[in-house]
Amino acid sequence: MSNQDPVWILGTSMTKFGRYADKDLIDLAAQASLGALDDGGVTMADMDVLAAGCLYEANGGVGQRLQKQIGQTGIPVFNVANACATGATAVRTVMMAIKAGEAQMGLAVGVEQMGKMGMLGGDRAARSDKQVFERKGRFGSVVGVEGRLGTNMMPGVFAQAGMEYAYENDGVGFEQFAKVAQKNHEHSTLNPLAQYRKAFSLDEVMGSEVIAYPNTLLMRCPTGDGSAAVVLVSDEKLKTLSREQQRRAVKVSASVLTSDPWTEGCQVQPDVNTLTRNAADEAYETSGVDPADLDLVELHDCFATAELRHYDNLRLCEPGGAGEWIDKGGPWRDGEIPVNVSGGLLSKGHPIGATGVANLFEVATHVRGEAGDRQVPDAKVGLAHVIGLGSSCGVHILERSGL
Amino acid sequence: MADESAPNNDPPSQISMVEYLHLGNDPHLVANVCDACRVTYFDRRNACAACGAREFTASRLANTGSVRTFTIVHRAARGVPAPYVSAVVDLDGGGRVKSNIINVEPEPSKVTLGMRVRLATYVTATDDDGVEAVAFGYEPEAA
Repeated sequence: MSNQDPVWILGTSMTKFGRYADKDLIDLAAQASLGALDDGGVTMADMDVLAAGCLYEANGGVGQRLQKQIGQTGIPVFNVANACATGATAVRTVMMAIKAGEAQMGLAVGVEQMGKMGMLGGDRAARSDKQVFERKGRFGSVVGVEGRLGTNMMPGVFAQAGMEYAYENDGVGFEQFAKVAQKNHEHSTLNPLAQYRKAFSLDEVMGSEVIAYPNTLLMRCPTGDGSAAVVLVSDEKLKTLSREQQRRAVKVSASVLTSDPWTEGCQVQPDVNTLTRNAADEAYETSGVDPADLDLVELHDCFATAELRHYDNLRLCEPGGAGEWIDKGGPWRDGEIPVNVSGGLLSKGHPIGATGVANLFEVATHVRGEAGDRQVPDAKVGLAHVIGLGSSCGVHILERSGL
Repeated sequence: MADESAPNNDPPSQISMVEYLHLGNDPHLVANVCDACRVTYFDRRNACAACGAREFTASRLANTGSVRTFTIVHRAARGVPAPYVSAVVDLDGGGRVKSNIINVEPEPSKVTLGMRVRLATYVTATDDDGVEAVAFGYEPEAA
């Protein structure tokens, strides 16, 4: 095959996100993987490569443990971790194997089992102060910096990312951020796979417990368990499969992974914008899809403040106009470009390794016209975005088959 | 003749909580500035993330600036008193730093984007030898 030929999603599946005390990590990964294989009408024997994304068991041989449950066929396994972009990185890994001509078909699975993990980032047991001070690390610190020199925990970091947007642009404040959460919770009521499915009024969102202003309890995503998987196939191989498989196949028009380039201030406040803009621009250029062509977007709303910024980063609104865009209902499911009709991370959940695959499941299911009650009418093309702090960003553009 | 029972009036010895905070009569921050592109870093770097050059010179940063972004942390890490204000400050003359906004009520009505602030220090912890760790934050310039 030529590496200009498209790669296709042949099958996809995800578990409902939630908390599974009665299942282990591999049960969840097996459920999503077998679901994706069945959906694509293929088996493990057809797979040439497997990529497994899991953050908290990154050194745990998750891919090989999964094979013991669904088929030990001896194919190469790549266990990947890339913060919250872990799942998208597993997909990219299989994409690259197919593009390189080393595989015709492959399985990418993302999985995480977090339970009630609490807030992430910087919340390690504080270094005991009962000691003799001694400089440690690259900052030569003698005591823990969390809470002394600002916050590095996720709710605060993303609150600051949002407030920085408010600093740079007019018409953005607590209310605009809260509207994001109001929208995604409302959307989630239609998604049977979402961890939470409850609508809240804007007053309830703004009046709930403040975690890190302006993010309240209802403006941050939960931790949880879950898995999602895709089977990818080369263009050449797809054409040998059944007409039904070809009809349901979803074209991957762009698959981009970026990291954060140096920008002013990035040493103290992670820049979640530049790498997202870079990934989106490359994806639009590669696919020839214009933001105005998008029928839906699944983006990384780990916190409501983050989603608002990404309207701008993904070029869904006028530059600087994200506040105005949500005020006029642009990202609602009946708006200009529906964003997070799944309920997003805020309601659907965010089992980290699974997230960057689950957003592909969501977009693929819509462009196939198989999304049931939450179907975006006549969706043909959609974009999936994921970002992990550190940082790593994945953007995929998916299109209806047309075959 | 020395009176051995007299209290020790020596001030307790102090140490800055991070190496880039310099104490003394005029506490201030010192950054590693890339000789080639002038980008500032608070930590030790092997090479410049912006341009790849390998030589840096320690340079003093301004004590005043303006609040670029902030959050008011209510649910904090274990052992950290809350609520408190975390912020990123644009320093006059260049450099961006993250720390707490101190000597202000942690209320959205009291902290504003673009607010003018200046560096202030305080003792944050004491070790078993009585050495005090000194932290820095930013307080409203108007206060």
